[in-house]
Amino acid sequence: MSWFQKIKGPLARVGDKKVRIPEGLWIKCEGCKEIVYKKEVERRSNVCPKCNYHFRISARERIAQLMDQGTFEEMDSGLAALDPLNFNDSMRYPDRIKAAMKKTGLKEAVICGQGELEGVPLELCVFEFDFMGGSMASVVGEKVTRAIERSLEKTRSLVIVHCSGGARMQEGMFSLMQMAKTSAALARLSKAGVPYVSVLTNPTTGGVTASIAMLGDVIMAEPGALIGFAGPRVIEQTIRQSLPEGFQRTEFLLEHGMLDMVVERKNMKNTICQVLQMLA
Amino acid sequence: MAAQPIDFEKPILEMETKIEELQQVSRAQGVDLTAEVKRLQKKAKRLRRDIFAKLNRWEQTLLARHPERPYAEDYIKLMMTDFVELHGDRLFGDDHAVIGGLARFEGKPVVVIGQQKGRSTKQKIYRNFGMPHPEGYRKALRLMKMAEKFNRPVITFIDTPGAYPGLGAEERGQAEAIARNLKEMATLTVPLISVVIGEGGSGGALGLGVGNRVLMLQYSVYSVIMPEGCASILYRDSGLAAQAAESLKLAAKDLKEYELIDEIVKEPPGGAHRNHQMAASILRRVIRRHLAELICFSPQELIKQREQKFRNFGQYMET
Ligand SMILES: [Zn+2]
Repeated sequence: MSWFQKIKGPLARVGDKKVRIPEGLWIKCEGCKEIVYKKEVERRSNVCPKCNYHFRISARERIAQLMDQGTFEEMDSGLAALDPLNFNDSMRYPDRIKAAMKKTGLKEAVICGQGELEGVPLELCVFEFDFMGGSMASVVGEKVTRAIERSLEKTRSLVIVHCSGGARMQEGMFSLMQMAKTSAALARLSKAGVPYVSVLTNPTTGGVTASIAMLGDVIMAEPGALIGFAGPRVIEQTIRQSLPEGFQRTEFLLEHGMLDMVVERKNMKNTICQVLQMLA
Repeated sequence: MAAQPIDFEKPILEMETKIEELQQVSRAQGVDLTAEVKRLQKKAKRLRRDIFAKLNRWEQTLLARHPERPYAEDYIKLMMTDFVELHGDRLFGDDHAVIGGLARFEGKPVVVIGQQKGRSTKQKIYRNFGMPHPEGYRKALRLMKMAEKFNRPVITFIDTPGAYPGLGAEERGQAEAIARNLKEMATLTVPLISVVIGEGGSGGALGLGVGNRVLMLQYSVYSVIMPEGCASILYRDSGLAAQAAESLKLAAKDLKEYELIDEIVKEPPGGAHRNHQMAASILRRVIRRHLAELICFSPQELIKQREQKFRNFGQYMET
């Protein structure tokens, strides 16, 4: 840390002149716009050491952060998308899927499985934003529903970490119906008294928010995450005025009673554990 | 009809005007033009059939949004009696984009809820163009819970471009309101029949749509995103809405083919807006049939039927 502070001054000047930022060693923080040392950010679970901005992380990384080492067993990883609408777009839907697969190494926008968190057994689903914006379509809906059903069958707590732009256009009404399908499964879980913790990360919007994301027994969100039903651009176009500072951010939702708590990434595992130990 | 006709309706309307003129001439001058009128009527019928058989998905979207189309309130008036409107969500306010209350259907009490659009400019604004705020969904849920308490079936009419994207709607939890409805509808212990009567706009429509039966009027549409929105995202041009409508497969017959809805309800020739009475009477008979089936189900069977139906939605492969 002291070493980091020592180089802080000269680096800012370098940054202003837009010169000689060693590729890959330094990154610009999207929160404070400062240049920060990448290793330092990574050491803090991808949180900016200067402004506490929570960088987006991959689903794999999230699982590594939350699950006890070596306990996570992925389920339904073979499920893959079809093209039920034969969707007409500038790029064919199957090609979009292929590109997303290549980019993420995943078959779809969510990873589901079971594992332990501080020794507490649970079912975990984590959305991968890099896979078509974490959008929900047939496969995501099916995988999440199966996770809920395993949770129900084994009376094992459910945790879903959301990161999604909503329902996926390319599967049309099949995507929309996943909202009803997953919510109906959650209704059964709820009746059985099995706890469900919903974790909202940046961003959680659209059809995912208007279904599984807002149905947690306990809803936690990382600081500064965009959370809402409509996207900010759509709202601005509708009301024809710019949105107030902090609108649809985690802290705004907490203030309006939509969340149980804001949880920093470094405390996420412990907080989930604490809650589940008292509910499960 | 007072409203501007859609382009594809024009040739039909022109021919109808011509027939009317002939009939007037015949009456005024005492000339027998029966044969000619009959010939033209036949021709008009054929023309209409041909045009309506070839409607593309965008044209169907325009029909679904036709300002003279019967709205929820019209169907309630035309096929139910003793409607008692109930207001408010008991939390914040009363949403005018959603109407609901008690009514008699075939003489038996039901709870009816619908998204309501307005026809005049003043009414459109009052109804917020049929775009509900969270209060609308919460009012709907309150009424559904009342139906459950008094063991009355629920009929919902879906007709919205979408849930309202605005400041207040977000502040008061639009997403939570819809999500809660999805969850609560899934486990409702009374029969729930949802009918898309016009526009089924995404999550805002689904928020009233987790029915034991989901029906769609012949020229209604139901989509994950409205064509304009889809076009502006995909093609960066909302003018390409017609193209987007084709891609989205939002027509009633598409969704029936995908088995995402249970039945298509026929509309009068030329669409529901041409004959409200007939549209309501066809729909009434279809609802009556489904209701007769559903009232034989126990609460547990109703829940199970609804759950299984939605559980099966989705197409994917296991590799
Ligand atoms: Zn920062």
